[in-house]
Amino acid sequence: MAASESYPDDLNYHAEHDWARIEGDEAVLGITWFAQDALGELVHYEPPNEGDAIAKDSAYGEVESVKAVSDVIAPLSGEVLEVNAKVVEEPETVNDDPYGEGWLIRIRLSNATEVDSLLDVDAYKQVVAEA
Amino acid sequence: MAQMLLKTPLHDRHIALGARMVPFAGWEMPVQYEGVIPEHLAVRTDCGVFDVSHMGELEVEGPRATTLLQATLSNDLDKIGPGQAQYTLLTNERGGIVDDLIVYRLGDFRYLLIVNAANRETDFRWLKEREVPGSDVRDVSDEYGLLAVQGPRAIERLGLPDASQFTFAEGEIDGIQCMVNRTGYTGERGCEILVMAEDAGVLWDRVLERGAVPCGLGARDTLRLEASLPLHGNDITPDTDAISAGLGWSCALDKEFSGAAELRELKARGPERKLVSFVMEEKAVPRQGMTIEGGGEVTSGTHSPLLDRGIGMGYVLADSAKPDTELTIDVRGKPRRARVVKRPIYKREE
Repeated sequence: MAASESYPDDLNYHAEHDWARIEGDEAVLGITWFAQDALGELVHYEPPNEGDAIAKDSAYGEVESVKAVSDVIAPLSGEVLEVNAKVVEEPETVNDDPYGEGWLIRIRLSNATEVDSLLDVDAYKQVVAEA
Repeated sequence: MAQMLLKTPLHDRHIALGARMVPFAGWEMPVQYEGVIPEHLAVRTDCGVFDVSHMGELEVEGPRATTLLQATLSNDLDKIGPGQAQYTLLTNERGGIVDDLIVYRLGDFRYLLIVNAANRETDFRWLKEREVPGSDVRDVSDEYGLLAVQGPRAIERLGLPDASQFTFAEGEIDGIQCMVNRTGYTGERGCEILVMAEDAGVLWDRVLERGAVPCGLGARDTLRLEASLPLHGNDITPDTDAISAGLGWSCALDKEFSGAAELRELKARGPERKLVSFVMEEKAVPRQGMTIEGGGEVTSGTHSPLLDRGIGMGYVLADSAKPDTELTIDVRGKPRRARVVKRPIYKREE
């Protein structure tokens, strides 16, 4: 069952509809409720490889619904520590729980100061309202 | 840029149901309501209803209507009588496919053609320019709404009698007069119901009350691809021909029609490329325009909700067209394996 619209206030957001949960020098990344709703039910997740370096504002993977494919934009730079295998196997997990079980990757931050450039929940909600 | 989009008689109903609307062939159409996958599965397991009122209806009438259509359509109208319908192609002088359509023989001298929305005007002009004395072509699309009710329980839910595929009859559903056509584009049993535009809304409501799940263009595409039914504009075009597309069965090569000589020659020679259905062997969704290694191209691709895998159609060199042949598709720079399968990918149990 698809989740209902929400934007947790403990996350940092990127205007390309991605979120980051900062955990010390690591971060868990995913796409927002708005992104999964715009795409529809996800049927494929093309993740990066563990160990890959990803760069803020650049694509690190793809998510795909029946009708469309979309790049996933990195909100922060870092090294990929872990790919969510559950989403690779069951991409619809992202629709069901975009901020929980539907996380996409965990990274080690290469530049912690980038966190300051991310949006807080109110700023991101403004992005959604204008989308 | 605001584009003026046409609206079907059911437009308000779609909005009220919360459908996601998209532009399609000049129309504003529902692409999904609840979601493509549940809608798809509703049609495979029970019953779904699609608004296909955007499709065109052309009427061809007169003592020489048959002469006109026999010269322009690929299939042989002598094979059907009043009450029967036929899949056929409108072909150009090179044998290319101007459109694919279903012709309904209303009487000895009267036919209804239900054509693709995007080709309505092309088809009308094409036939109008070739009219012969004693034949008259009219575009009557605006007079009608069209609902496709599809699925193993579609006929039962509508309270209709059983009937053979590719037949039609006047009918009544909850007091609404309509033409019930035993045709469809999903690979399931069901019908397509032609109704006066002013009655379309009430018919839609009654069909939903009878338990049909509203389905959008998204599910229509995944269903037709599982059933290996080509889409004009993607898999077949004025630059592709029936022989290469595996639609030779809809061409009566023993009669004369536009492009018949070219198609006969092509059949004798054997086409260079053939349209095939394929299933991905790796996790990936094929899309229109992707390259198939060795000189092929994907013409349609999607994710099959039934198989939970990528599926598609595309042209490959004739010697790669046999079922079980392995293909490699370039999915945004990554080679992904697929396998040619016997058409259709999905076949309902009789």
